[in-house]
Amino acid sequence: MWFPRLASDRVLRACPRDAPFALIVEKNNTVELYCLNQQAERQGLHRGMRHTDARIFCPDLQSSPADPQADQRFLHALARWARRYCPWVGLEGGDGLVMDITGVAHLFGGEAGMLVDIRRRLARAGLAVRIGLADTRGAAWALAHHGEGVASGEMLPHIGPLPVAALRLDAASCIALERLGLRTIGDLAALPRAALTRRFGQDVLMRLDQALGDQPEQVSPLAEPPHYRVRLTLPEPIGLSDDVMAGTASLLERLCARLKANEAGARVLCLTLGRVDQASQQVELRLARPLRDAGRILPLFKRGVDQVDAGFGIERLQLVAAQIEPLPAQQISHAQSAQNAPNNELYDLITRIGSRIGLENVRRFLPADSHIPERDHLIAAAAFSEPAGPWISPRPRPGLMFRPEPISGDGPLPPRRFRWRRMALSTARATGPERIAPEWWMQDDNWHRGIRDYWHVETLEGRRLWLFHTPQNPGWFVQGEFA
Amino acid sequence: MRNARMHEAFGASAFAFAFALAGHMAGPVMWIRESWQTSAINPSGFSRYLDPQRMLLALGRDQVEVLAIAEEALRSGAVPLVVMESGKELGLTAARRLQLAAKAGNATGLCLLCEGMGSNAAETRWRCQPVFDASNDAGDSTLQSWSIIKNKSGTLGSWDVRWDAKTRRIIVVSPSGKRPGSKGMPA
Repeated sequence: MWFPRLASDRVLRACPRDAPFALIVEKNNTVELYCLNQQAERQGLHRGMRHTDARIFCPDLQSSPADPQADQRFLHALARWARRYCPWVGLEGGDGLVMDITGVAHLFGGEAGMLVDIRRRLARAGLAVRIGLADTRGAAWALAHHGEGVASGEMLPHIGPLPVAALRLDAASCIALERLGLRTIGDLAALPRAALTRRFGQDVLMRLDQALGDQPEQVSPLAEPPHYRVRLTLPEPIGLSDDVMAGTASLLERLCARLKANEAGARVLCLTLGRVDQASQQVELRLARPLRDAGRILPLFKRGVDQVDAGFGIERLQLVAAQIEPLPAQQISHAQSAQNAPNNELYDLITRIGSRIGLENVRRFLPADSHIPERDHLIAAAAFSEPAGPWISPRPRPGLMFRPEPISGDGPLPPRRFRWRRMALSTARATGPERIAPEWWMQDDNWHRGIRDYWHVETLEGRRLWLFHTPQNPGWFVQGEFA
Repeated sequence: MRNARMHEAFGASAFAFAFALAGHMAGPVMWIRESWQTSAINPSGFSRYLDPQRMLLALGRDQVEVLAIAEEALRSGAVPLVVMESGKELGLTAARRLQLAAKAGNATGLCLLCEGMGSNAAETRWRCQPVFDASNDAGDSTLQSWSIIKNKSGTLGSWDVRWDAKTRRIIVVSPSGKRPGSKGMPA
């Protein structure tokens, strides 16, 4: 299967347009056309043309930048789709798929029926496709790219009239062959082989033999993505939590071996316990760190398994790693293990606490770049962040902060006596002011009173408070308490 | 302060007491509080006491959750210090369970309470009050008075202390006339 307009079809699927359209790519300091739709091709544009030239030929050309990575992802998705026809699907270059349909065509009403079905589905998806079906991979490629068709039996009569470029040769060889007057594959096949090899090397003959079926060529399918699901069916139902844990342990060992082979770690594990009465119970475990160590994961399941209602007994266990993160193998050294050992315990603790209150409720502080006292730190979930530093506070900040609480007072200097939280306090020493202006580029309702003059007030009663005065909108507030 | 026990602190600078205790210990600190509280500990404020990287914050919905987290954290032994804030009175059963968990995990627990809410199971109880420091003109004084008003295995006492941010340790100052038993101080 060859998708002649894969990239533009992909973009146009998202937003269909009824006008000449091209994807453009910047190459060698010029902007070139990368892929065009049919209307643009009809206007005489072609790939590799400069965008400015194309705009002259076709003033109403619409364009958008190309994204080759997304095209590749799309092609992989198509390959996954094509597995509905046969299990043996590989990529062919950057814009084609190769399928080995040996022995599966009859499931779709023969080869013709299968081609009709493929075409119908792809047309509905808005993809232009050209399909070649032949006994050899080379011949199928030739048919797909240069005149569609189905070829079976002897290949030469079918592909003989096609140009030599249909043999997957490089451009230089094609030009050289055409200069010699060898325009079609049939011309080439009629020549003595020894002279051809001497003139053009092994490559031309190899491609010719592959197309004619004299030399085998494999289709290598895409690797299956690993899946992390293990199950255990029991001959007799079980009900004790120790038995369930033992079953979980054997599942975990198999799952962890698979994770280890793929250098991955599980982030979310889901244990499904199927009961005799066909009901099933789920135990979800969200880990604070990606893990693949069965010995560490197993005790974390204990709490969830204890809460399961076994009913008349459990007969099926299934363990799925629902979320996977890459976890490369690490060198273990004495120095490292001494450092890491307590850390592991800490993350296990976070997991256990997280299973009770939610993993996002265990948090840590991260420094942030802001002079606004409320925003000079971030609070992030500990499981999804690393500790960060350094912490620099150029001016003393209160250890305890709360929402600003208004107190009575007027004038720019701190009040000598004030009441705060039903306490009568008198100022003994005030240090300040430290003027902090709101960040005008951020909308913050807490700062609608404008700039603040902060004072560090020590009271005779002992409390050390952080007061501020808003000169633009007079008022006094308490916002924090120093440690 | 004895390790592997549960202690209590109350008063206006109880949180400073907790910061100072955390600053003296190594390793991570688990700070547990209820999520509805409006006041928040400020990392750039307590960075004078301990490195905020060491602090982990756990938010429970209510006191039962806070107690459960505290017990779990104490028992695991992964964190040497667990600080919990409790707005309500601590029952004897709960406090005793925490005490056992602290012993099992060899971790120190500190419960920050309001005055008069302590339970009998606590190892020590501290009253912490900030004190106005007339001698220090710099305006960044940390002078406070810590007095131990309950001690299961020792004597009571009272100290005026100040935090030294450079060396990260407390300095005990003993002003004249302020000894345990003197006027204005608890015996």
